[in-house]
Amino acid sequence: MRNSALASALLVTVMAAPAMANQDVIKNTADPKQWTLQTGDYANTRYTKLDQINRDNVKTLKVAWTFSTGVLRGHEGSPLVVGSTMYVHTPFPNNVFALDLDNEAKIIWKYEPKQDPSVIPVMCCDTVNRGVAYAEGKIFLHQADTAVVALDAKTGKEIWKTVNGDPKKGQTGTSTVLPVKDKIIVGISGAEFGVQCHITAYDINTGKQVWRAYSVGPDDQILFDPEKTMSLGKPVGKDSSLKTWTGEQWKIGGGSTWGWYSYDPALNLFYYGSGNPSTWNPAQRAGADGKQIDQKWTMTIFARNPDTGVAAWAYQMTPFDEWDYDGINEMPLAEIDVGGKKRNVLVHFDRNGLGYTLDRATGELLVAQKYDPKVNWTTGVDMDPKSPKYGRPAVVPAASTFQNGQDVNTKGVCPAALGSKDQQPSAFSPQTGLFYVPTNHVCMDYEPFKVSYTAGQPYVGATLSMYPAPGSHGGMGNFIAWDAGQGKIVWSKPEPFSVWSGALATAGGVVFYGTLEGYLKAVDAKDGKDLFKFKTPSGIIGNVMSYEHKGKQYIAILSGVGGWAGIGLAAGLQNPTDGLGAVGGYAGLKQYTSLGGTLTVFSLP
Amino acid sequence: MRFGTGFLSAAIVTAAFFFQASAQAADPAPAVAPAAEKTVSPDGKWSLKDGTPIYNIQADGTMDWFTYSGFRRYHSECHVCHGPEAQGSTYAPALVDSLKTLDYAKFVGVVASGQQNVRFQNNSIMPALGDNKNVMCYLDDIYVYIKAMSDGAIPRGRPGSRVDKTAAQGKNENDCLGG
Repeated sequence: MRNSALASALLVTVMAAPAMANQDVIKNTADPKQWTLQTGDYANTRYTKLDQINRDNVKTLKVAWTFSTGVLRGHEGSPLVVGSTMYVHTPFPNNVFALDLDNEAKIIWKYEPKQDPSVIPVMCCDTVNRGVAYAEGKIFLHQADTAVVALDAKTGKEIWKTVNGDPKKGQTGTSTVLPVKDKIIVGISGAEFGVQCHITAYDINTGKQVWRAYSVGPDDQILFDPEKTMSLGKPVGKDSSLKTWTGEQWKIGGGSTWGWYSYDPALNLFYYGSGNPSTWNPAQRAGADGKQIDQKWTMTIFARNPDTGVAAWAYQMTPFDEWDYDGINEMPLAEIDVGGKKRNVLVHFDRNGLGYTLDRATGELLVAQKYDPKVNWTTGVDMDPKSPKYGRPAVVPAASTFQNGQDVNTKGVCPAALGSKDQQPSAFSPQTGLFYVPTNHVCMDYEPFKVSYTAGQPYVGATLSMYPAPGSHGGMGNFIAWDAGQGKIVWSKPEPFSVWSGALATAGGVVFYGTLEGYLKAVDAKDGKDLFKFKTPSGIIGNVMSYEHKGKQYIAILSGVGGWAGIGLAAGLQNPTDGLGAVGGYAGLKQYTSLGGTLTVFSLP
Repeated sequence: MRFGTGFLSAAIVTAAFFFQASAQAADPAPAVAPAAEKTVSPDGKWSLKDGTPIYNIQADGTMDWFTYSGFRRYHSECHVCHGPEAQGSTYAPALVDSLKTLDYAKFVGVVASGQQNVRFQNNSIMPALGDNKNVMCYLDDIYVYIKAMSDGAIPRGRPGSRVDKTAAQGKNENDCLGG
């Protein structure tokens, strides 16, 4: 059993740290009837052991009940179920509802935070929120204005409240939090506003700040040990971040941390990624010699100790970003076959279009392959440990917005800034050993130009045009199954729009995901065959979850179009007459769906 | 030019300044300006008789530098809310429609000072961008670009041919942005 192994490993960490491991989270996430973290479990697998709904009967799925959130903005994340209570969150103003599943989903309590609405326009790409977390009788909410609130799960009363950042400086909150041991791990958004972003631990009982680790800056701010923090098998050395920046640009260096966090209790490490190095005009970030400079540790996978925040290892995927390929996507943990050997790995589908597999204890790079064949900015990652370019992607000069220069339009770069995948989390099925990945199939033209930095104002400096990947099926998305041991696509289903919904894999051999037109879809985990679809009231950018109540398995999904998808796709990303390819009469998403937050819950009849 | 880049670099731009300015602009611009009513300044900037900036699209579709510059700056500063090509998003209005009724002076006022709760009953916020140089140094550029889109004078998509930026325009830009 995995759990007993975890428990014995935890005993070791208890001796090292005063804090007890968070047994409550481990116990709750092991119970498939509940869904107490946004990510399903610490490993971020988004897999449910429930198997009542299976590949044979899923076609008879029916709507059991629905619930309107009353909010029109983009709905990311999913509800939680703890015992017989469901917790539903909304985008700004970040209301939280507790619903009584024993009593026809009657509202037990509603929490309505008071926030200054001036935070709204500071939030790049809609006022989304990726959901609440549960541990030890508390619901944790991370608000748009960066307030982190612990609510009594029974009553909805505030237990503590703390502030993680300042929206007036462009710092905002969109991500969920991770309860680990006696702490809550909280990230921050704002790379496009030149924020020096960070990840912070707060005491789970009081909200008092315990440590804060920046993505960029001096060693004592990024919590790197020059001797012990490793990257690609070597200690990072002194000033590993500082020496990769020109002057004091790191102070507005970005590296946002708004993605999903996973945790390995046996190693006592948690994992997350950092975003772009603020301005999208790479010329303004060049080294003193006018050449590319890494801007560490943006675009990086971090493994940190939750007790101290100190990094065990870090791996920068996209040094000197030229395309806004944030590294914040989820970090699922799994045991899979790599090169004929069972390995405990971390898998990451990056915005840059590469699917990475790393040894999660050491950060050793095992696999880095394109998970969309259209990815063209790189020829691949140097996998030779003896090479001076080990671990680096080889940039194709024609796709380099830096080499082409300021005021030059670099055309046909795949993927677009949205990435081959954005935050929409993948799922992993231990039954098939495969990852199920919602993806974007979008390319771009990118023209960088000079911008000026003002605190609290956007610091972008590029014009982008996005369009469906040319020379493909004409759609803007795929839903794929991925073998992370081999770095290969096993099957791929074309979708007319980007798949912006988190997937769910089930023990019934079914994989669920939502689409921007509003369909909840069920496909066979083996081959991707369509098994079921239902059109919910609005486009789906939320994540599918499952729970069991009174012996019945339910599937639940938030619909409510918006988010970054709601910006471009609502308007139609491209002009049907501009000759960009075989897309023809492609029409905007607004012809398929409209706004509105609704929870739809399904079960067998 | 009332809102020339030289002025912006010489003064701290405040919302109050733009509100004074809006009182001066008595007549809203006609929807499409016949070519004869436009004048061009030595630095290549087109305007209507009353001084309202306007795009200039040649018969073969070649656009003036400022309209092109507006395309670029719009898609850096505005599109994350107002959508690509000013077509709107799920949470902010399509400015190609707004400019059918909103005149230049009001446009300048809203951009500089912001406004609240116009589109939706609650939580619809246009921020005040009066101290954002990346917007204010290019406010006329952004206006003429959206206006050209709104009037149907240019097609959707990335602009084709354009008049190149002159050295003087480049200098004005750098003076305004600073650094």
